[in-house]
Amino acid sequence: MAFQLDIVTPEKTIFSDTVDDVYLPGSEGEMGILEMHAALVAPLQPGELRYLKDGKVEELAVGEGFVEVTGDKVSVLIDLAIGEDAINEADVEEAMKRAQDALEGVGDDVDEQAALQTLIAKSEAMLNLKRKRR
Amino acid sequence: MANLRDIRRRIKSVKSTSQITKAMELVAAAKMKKAQNQALAGRDYADKLNKVLVNLKANTEEESHPLLAKRDGGKELMLVISTERGLCGGLNTNLFKKIHTESSEDAHYVTSGKKLRQTLAKIGKELIADWQVADPVPFNDAKPIAKFLTEKFLSGEYDKITVAFNNFVSTLNQTPEVVQLLPIESADLGEKQDYEGVGEDTVSETDKSAAMNVEYEFEPNAEGVLDKLLPLYINFQIYQMLVEARASEHSARMVAMKAATDNAKNMIKDLTLEYNKARQAAITAELLEITTAMKAME
Repeated sequence: MAFQLDIVTPEKTIFSDTVDDVYLPGSEGEMGILEMHAALVAPLQPGELRYLKDGKVEELAVGEGFVEVTGDKVSVLIDLAIGEDAINEADVEEAMKRAQDALEGVGDDVDEQAALQTLIAKSEAMLNLKRKRR
Repeated sequence: MANLRDIRRRIKSVKSTSQITKAMELVAAAKMKKAQNQALAGRDYADKLNKVLVNLKANTEEESHPLLAKRDGGKELMLVISTERGLCGGLNTNLFKKIHTESSEDAHYVTSGKKLRQTLAKIGKELIADWQVADPVPFNDAKPIAKFLTEKFLSGEYDKITVAFNNFVSTLNQTPEVVQLLPIESADLGEKQDYEGVGEDTVSETDKSAAMNVEYEFEPNAEGVLDKLLPLYINFQIYQMLVEARASEHSARMVAMKAATDNAKNMIKDLTLEYNKARQAAITAELLEITTAMKAME
């Protein structure tokens, strides 16, 4: 009961193997994908990606991107995908704080606000993942 | 015949120059390898993005999206990707020539890289922004550039956004190119472009026809997905071009430095020959003097 999952960033292929299921942070809420899912393209927002392989659940913090499902294959194209081990809590906290400070000083620029909010959401996703494990 | 000490001094200076150029050659070679690998690593992403875009195009009305809409005005904004540092052969000069012939007279410029920024400023072109991009190119560096250009386009300030960069063909061959970024030519959308990935094909024909046969569901709908995807596409294009330009820079520098090292070696050889000749001449002269003196004493 497995299908192929590829997680790809512009910089490299993060993951490519068969998994039993995968849960993705879709822009309209979390969605789970099992085998034989209909062909689908959907945007993703920063959050957690969860997949089940050999009875073990693995989690990654992901950024913005989209997912493409075709027959027996799920491709996640994303600008960030990072495992729990690779997250440095202090660094992320600092980056998040910087973004929050910037958000307060940014004024009315809606685009800038949106960009910073995305940044904060990404940081939050990484921190949540890191802290959950403890 | 030149002075012995002068020749020695020149040999020494050429030698130290050749050591520097040799070191630069090695550094450039290592960085070039990295940049090439980076361009290759992006290929998976490019493949998949292209496939989805081809499909999306079939499912949405053409020209419906503002990023796809052609405009009549001719106001052009050009992103020029040059190098931060020199000593890379004719790379920047060639690119400049290309820009000169391809861009419209009153185009405004945005730059990345010091070299052509200075040149463009010198000839009095209007520069409106400049970015520094780290090495190796991080994907995050492409985003603010893409965002800036998209905004300028959508606000109507400019009707056309183009990018000038050096396309990496091979280690010995880089070609300057000017590519239209916005509006996205819907004919180009999802098509293979030869600067995506180094050298070889990105999307094979079979891949593309396979993609066309799949009927996707779009969540929430095709327009919504297109809305999200086009900015990603632009980000990725800029990233890819930055990587290409970087690979070109390093390989051009490697080749230039290799030539410089070879020239220095030849020069050292010639100078050493001259030095030995001069030394021999001096010894002969000295011997002559001694024998003449001895003859005179007899």
